[in-house]
Amino acid sequence: MIRNRWLLFPLLLALVLGLSYAVLSLPDQAAGLQKIAADKIEASGVSNPVTAVLLNFRGYDTLLETVVLLVALLGVWSLGGTDLRREIAPGPVLDTLARLLVPVLILVAAYLLWIGAHAPGGAFQAGAVLGAAGVLLLLAGWRPRAALMAWPVRLVIVAGPAVFMAMAALLYGLEGQLLEYPPAKAGTLILVLETVATVSIGATLAALFLGCRPPNKKEHS
Amino acid sequence: MSAEFQYALVGVGLFSLGLYALIVHAHLLRKILALNVMGTGVFLLLVALARRTGEAQPDSVPHAMVITGIVVAVSATALALTLMLKLSGATGRAELPDEEQE
Amino acid sequence: MIQMFVDIPWAIVLILLPLPLAGAIFCFLCPGMARIVGLATTFAVALAVAGLGWQIHDNGVYYHPVGGWGAPLGIDLYADGLSLLMLAATALVGLGVSVYSTGYFRDKDSARFWPLWLCLLAALNALFLSADIFNLYVTLELMGLAAVALAALPGGRDALSGAMRYLLATLLGSIAYLFGVALLYHRFGSVDIAVLASRVEPSPAVWAALGLISAGLLLKTALFPLHFWLPPAHASAPAPVSALLSALVVKASFYILLRLWLTIFGPLGTGVDLLFGLLGAAAVLWGSLQALRQTRLKLLIAYSTVAQIGYLFLAFPLGTVAGATAWGAAAYLALSHALAKAAMFLAAGNLLHFAGHDCITNLDRVVQRLPLTAGAFALAGVSIMGLPPSGGFIGKWLLLEAALVQGRWDLVAVVILGGLLAAGYIFKVLGYAFTQTDVAQDSKKVPASMEWAALLLASAAILLGFLAPSVLSLVDIGAPFGIMEVRP
Repeated sequence: MIRNRWLLFPLLLALVLGLSYAVLSLPDQAAGLQKIAADKIEASGVSNPVTAVLLNFRGYDTLLETVVLLVALLGVWSLGGTDLRREIAPGPVLDTLARLLVPVLILVAAYLLWIGAHAPGGAFQAGAVLGAAGVLLLLAGWRPRAALMAWPVRLVIVAGPAVFMAMAALLYGLEGQLLEYPPAKAGTLILVLETVATVSIGATLAALFLGCRPPNKKEHS
Repeated sequence: MSAEFQYALVGVGLFSLGLYALIVHAHLLRKILALNVMGTGVFLLLVALARRTGEAQPDSVPHAMVITGIVVAVSATALALTLMLKLSGATGRAELPDEEQE
Repeated sequence: MIQMFVDIPWAIVLILLPLPLAGAIFCFLCPGMARIVGLATTFAVALAVAGLGWQIHDNGVYYHPVGGWGAPLGIDLYADGLSLLMLAATALVGLGVSVYSTGYFRDKDSARFWPLWLCLLAALNALFLSADIFNLYVTLELMGLAAVALAALPGGRDALSGAMRYLLATLLGSIAYLFGVALLYHRFGSVDIAVLASRVEPSPAVWAALGLISAGLLLKTALFPLHFWLPPAHASAPAPVSALLSALVVKASFYILLRLWLTIFGPLGTGVDLLFGLLGAAAVLWGSLQALRQTRLKLLIAYSTVAQIGYLFLAFPLGTVAGATAWGAAAYLALSHALAKAAMFLAAGNLLHFAGHDCITNLDRVVQRLPLTAGAFALAGVSIMGLPPSGGFIGKWLLLEAALVQGRWDLVAVVILGGLLAAGYIFKVLGYAFTQTDVAQDSKKVPASMEWAALLLASAAILLGFLAPSVLSLVDIGAPFGIMEVRP
């Protein structure tokens, strides 16, 4: 890695100038894919254009994204994780805050999930809020029981990509194209998918924060 | 210059600042943060220029791309931080060891 | 019956159902059965690739608009001859590495290896089938994270620092690539490769995108001088992981660069292909020289990868002027190198397992004690050096032919010199394999699956030398190289 700062400055300056010139050369008005998306949005089953793109038009990207989360967790767990296992007694402020906020966060997540079909919101946003609730709990000293950490949490984490994939396969069988929703049922199917994804994403994010691998019955910790 | 292009240039600036920090700093946490800043710069560029549609409704495809990008960045950061913690546990310092060859 | 076999949508089966993602999830949930499920999944993927090959041989290119929307709104899957070649390389190397890994990893490591490897396989398949540059970004990231996690498995200081350096480099490459994608989208309003190819025109945004995307992908492919992360990461990873990294992961970013060059950037007529050629030549020479200097076998093989990647980039200046020959050479070299390098790393893994170290001067009559492994290394070496008959020879022959036709004597010299240097480091290793050391070394038995996996992969590299006409005609399906017309 270059440590010579005086050589680096002019190079970076050239980079900034070049990129700025390229950006400024872009046309002032450009609709991009907006018009095409607006035309097809009724057929997509939701009225929020971002959710339509994420879950329907470019749903394949979202499927891969859930797998990315899974792989990151697999990586963290295979590294052995960090030892956050000691139970810390939280101070009174954190304790109360956690007790008050976590139910509220869960409600907000459910709301975001529901409203995502026609206003800003959706699976990832709700999942992030759930993940935050999990992080807050962990910071306040809560540790999941060992029995919870073996099978159940694994199933929940895997549920996101697994259900998404199953949906894709099912729709292929029914409609002839991968991830092609029948327009009448699209809204419901997307909601089902988003619900599973929200819980899965929240669990994965909290597990990433916890960092350590759940003890497997067969192996010694 | 309209607002969209101002934000886009800020995105370019963040990208370059992040690149500088990535190269110059030795501590791994700073490198990881630098990568995050670079990512944020690109996301800002994507979203800012999506407002150029000329109507009230911005282009939603870049918004979806940025959501995907954020999730990917979070996953990558989680892996990077765990790797950094393990490395500093193994070597005692949170920096990349100097290479013996080159 | 055969018609039914051909009609199954092999491309979808390859990525999604029930393999290999399903396999990964299964291995994650039931670690006890990971080996069997992993091996079965890899075998099934190989069958699926064969099915896809048959299908596109009969029907031409395979095209599938995901979600039924079609470009530019939706994402398209696209399989032509070039994608098939890369998928076949992935399937074959994957099969060899899977067989090897059943013997290599003990239980605890096995549970960690198989889900990650199957996710990596899914990412690679998705990458080679995608026709959308943002989708390619997601698959690149998926592949990169899985590869880093695999490289960090051993857990010691070397593996962790190699993996960390690799992660930082790969993330930097991805973010630069994404910046380029953003510029292209905002300029032309699409992220689909075919749509972009029809809309592209020279402009500052495109040049900036070309620079960013190339820089990002060159970093991920470890082309000189952006190769600094490769030797430590590939050398300290477990042997099967090193095989996957050198054989497949670096080729994936090369594939993307090649695809984008052939469709979007090449016709613009910039001089960037000359730069690629120059860097490629430097990589060949520098990588081979560094390989000669190494004392550890795995580092030698890693530097050999740096050199061999250089050959792939020599095709750029040759192909742009005129020549499906040059591009065919690059494809052939990519395939043979994947097989040969994987075989070499697996052989090195055997030696490490056997003797407990990979110090080249102390190989201690390996030829007598591990004949299959030594044979595998020698056969792989033949392909790397470019001696006939082997896939490497065909690739280099095509490259030389393209260079001679265009009068590029400098490139001819680089190819020949590179071959001589490769012979240098291969024979150095083989020479020590025949000698006896003064102190007898304790040895552990190497499982038969590990030895045979290495030997079979190496034999496949040699076999490629006999199959040139059929392979080249297969790569030509869909005319991936034919889009490049000479622009006056």
